[in-house]
Amino acid sequence: MEYRSTLQQAYGFAFNLTAPPVVRSLFAVAMAFVVFGLLLLAIGRDPVEAYTKMFQGTLGSKLGLSEVGVKMIPFVLTGLAAAIPARVGLINVGGEGQLYIGAWAATGVVLYLGVGQIWLMLPLMAAAGFLGGAAWGAIAVFLRNWRGVNEVITTLLSNYVAILLINVFVFGLWKNPDGFGYPYTADFGTEAILPALAGTRLHLGLVLPVIAVVASYLVLTRTTWGYNMRAVGGNPEAARRRGIPVGTYLVIAMMVGGGIAGLAGMSEVAGIQHHLRPGISNNLGFLGFLASWLAGHNPTGIVAASFLLAVIIVGGDVLQFSGNLPSAAMFILIGLVLFFVLGFRRLERATA
Amino acid sequence: MIHKLMRSKAEPGVVSESAHTVAGAESPATPAETSAPHKNGATAISTNGTQPSLSLRGICKSFPGVLANDNIDLDVFGGEVHAVLGENGAGKTTLMKILYGVYQPDSGVIAFKGRETRIQSPNAGRRLGIGMVFQNFSLIPALTVVENVALFLPSYGMFLSRRAIARQIQEVSDKYGLQIDPKARTGDLSLGERQKVELVKLILARAEVLIFDEPTSVLAPHEVDGLFRVFDELKRDGYAVLFITHKIQEVLQTADRITVLRHGKVVECTPGEGATADHLVAMMLGIGVPEVVRNTQMRQHSANGAAVEFRDVWTAEKNDPRGLHGVSFHVMPGEILGIAGISGNGQQQLGEVLLGLQRRRSGSVYLFGEDASGRSIASMLDAGVAYIPEDVLGMAMVPTMKVEENLVLGELQKYGNGGIWLDRKGMRRQVDSTLSRFPLKLAPLDTRVEHLSGGNIQRVVLARELAMSPKVLMAYYPTRGLDVLTAETTRGLLMECRDNGGAIVLVSEDLEELFALSDRLVVMYQGNIVGEFQPESASLHEIGLLMTGHHM
Repeated sequence: MEYRSTLQQAYGFAFNLTAPPVVRSLFAVAMAFVVFGLLLLAIGRDPVEAYTKMFQGTLGSKLGLSEVGVKMIPFVLTGLAAAIPARVGLINVGGEGQLYIGAWAATGVVLYLGVGQIWLMLPLMAAAGFLGGAAWGAIAVFLRNWRGVNEVITTLLSNYVAILLINVFVFGLWKNPDGFGYPYTADFGTEAILPALAGTRLHLGLVLPVIAVVASYLVLTRTTWGYNMRAVGGNPEAARRRGIPVGTYLVIAMMVGGGIAGLAGMSEVAGIQHHLRPGISNNLGFLGFLASWLAGHNPTGIVAASFLLAVIIVGGDVLQFSGNLPSAAMFILIGLVLFFVLGFRRLERATA
Repeated sequence: MIHKLMRSKAEPGVVSESAHTVAGAESPATPAETSAPHKNGATAISTNGTQPSLSLRGICKSFPGVLANDNIDLDVFGGEVHAVLGENGAGKTTLMKILYGVYQPDSGVIAFKGRETRIQSPNAGRRLGIGMVFQNFSLIPALTVVENVALFLPSYGMFLSRRAIARQIQEVSDKYGLQIDPKARTGDLSLGERQKVELVKLILARAEVLIFDEPTSVLAPHEVDGLFRVFDELKRDGYAVLFITHKIQEVLQTADRITVLRHGKVVECTPGEGATADHLVAMMLGIGVPEVVRNTQMRQHSANGAAVEFRDVWTAEKNDPRGLHGVSFHVMPGEILGIAGISGNGQQQLGEVLLGLQRRRSGSVYLFGEDASGRSIASMLDAGVAYIPEDVLGMAMVPTMKVEENLVLGELQKYGNGGIWLDRKGMRRQVDSTLSRFPLKLAPLDTRVEHLSGGNIQRVVLARELAMSPKVLMAYYPTRGLDVLTAETTRGLLMECRDNGGAIVLVSEDLEELFALSDRLVVMYQGNIVGEFQPESASLHEIGLLMTGHHM
């Protein structure tokens, strides 16, 4: 004990290193809020007022809560898109691009396969979104399996390709002829729109993350596949030598991850935007990636991390609206949260 | 008592009393100072034989569920080789990590040259002058020797010329007969050579206490003798050498003093002179080692043909020294084929070609008379092939998973409920019942493998690969890292497997083990089989010559 550094001592004193991980994570998050509060003080803002507004605006009203829910949908989905490949040791930074391709594929269904029946249309769009995202993710993992190309680079860069690909379509072939020249597709018909809760933007797309989280949790913790995925992620060499088809697991995990990000894209166009246009995502994929790392790639943890991120982002909008702070300031807070959570995790490992 | 012993040991004639004392710890060294030890004939470290370089009192360290170090006292003097002897899990590695600053003790005092100190981190240890050669080296394979050494000497920054460092490496290398080429790429060096690079690094970084953690486990027999000669040189120049091992023969050969650990406690500290193997074994294990009855009667092989046969297998061009160059051999069911050779002469490729991990350029491999090419690894394992690889942690275990999960690695389909859902209770029942018939005791099933010591990891692999009585077993260094008793039990298990009709390919550098276990013995050198023997009629000398490339 006497050998530990002061910080470790304070931390050890507060939690005796036996507190459950949830409590320790909350402690780290609280530290991030404290430091951000000090930062606000330093630039002459009242942190108490800012936090009060932020929490009232998000958790204190039905509308605020619903907006948090709206943001959580893509965060949870793109979080899982990072977490599932992470189980087999792949780092998927391509959630953003996979989301866009999912949105593109879902829009394609609307434009070319308009079937007029909502109960048929929405599942078709979801399936197309999943397949689109999966195919986009597959590029990276096949390059890795065949040529050993690092998937961090390929998934990251393919984001920009995806974004530009969307532009090609919405500025060209898919542009709404009656859209006054704006780069939007025509608005979807009601049969292709996820119905929203009365008076809010919270839409039926909410079922997607619920299903995805439950399914991921069950597969990862209760099935032989989940165990084998952990083995592949933990030591691919040993897994291969024990007859586990490592390459297949990599491909499937990345494609499922990409597919789930694609679902997020479908949910954004069908639930929020109601047409395809550039910039539908605004970093949803990257924020989901953060959520996954905050949660240690744990599906239920991703729900909690997404909730936190959603509160911060929506709260940032509230603050900007009330003139207190630019909403971009919230990225500082997110950065601090990430720093403290991951930092403490390292510290725990060092002292364990 | 210990001090008295030491005084008698450290005769003034042996230990140099150079006036120039290295203050490597406090003042950042300059290039000129660094070469000082060599200019003065590397006699810069002064020792007066009365004050230990390093002294531990009452060191305790516990991990959840284990008291790894229990009230340990230890003195290491300049100019001595001090062996710390103990079986797997006796607490040797924990103690070394405390000395090197990786772990902090729960209680106890460490004094360096009489001054009480805290070693907060490996960096602090290095600054004090404590250097450690780990079992797994800390060199960057892609860099040259010079670059690796330069990385370790941060006080020079990036401005010291490569030539100057290369010259210093050369000096140290010449002085201690290490034969290191400073310009060689580290990844191309053998494990033994890398170990020497580690040592040079420490000497140039002015370590005075050199800790070697099981240094001989990666060495071929002739390299071990070389290392011990280096120990003698280091000792003469006043370095304190702390040598962690479980190999009694080596301790008797080199150590001036021996500290025996058992269950985390010091059970004895004795001078090397006059110590006997029997006594040390008894101290180390707390009991006598039972004799294993060698069953040499089981030599009649079934006539059904070979279990494994290689026919003229090539994996590399003739001029490429790494790989197989036309290897042909067979193993019969109920036979142990011993493969002698210095590691890196194609032994690794044998198993990888058999499993299909490595492509053949030509030749064929047969499993029970059928062509095994193109078969998946899973189907080979299903056919009864078991494999104890040379690097168990890297090739056989998932460190982040529990012992239990590693025991069933790749066999989960057996525990699937309706194919997918994992039946954990059934799995635990199966594992328990298998282990109850297995003579080696394993770490608790819920421990993660990354927290186990090397010997305990080896046990997990042995349990997985041997408990199911395989039909074909590729066994690389199966007793590596095991204590005397467990190693004997393991040899017994191998013979039992053989007696049950298993065909075993045994790869080892331990010639005694090969002679004791093998029904037939072949020697590999540079990707070829260069000789075949019956162990009864072969001599160690003959095989040693073949292993090192001498033709008869």
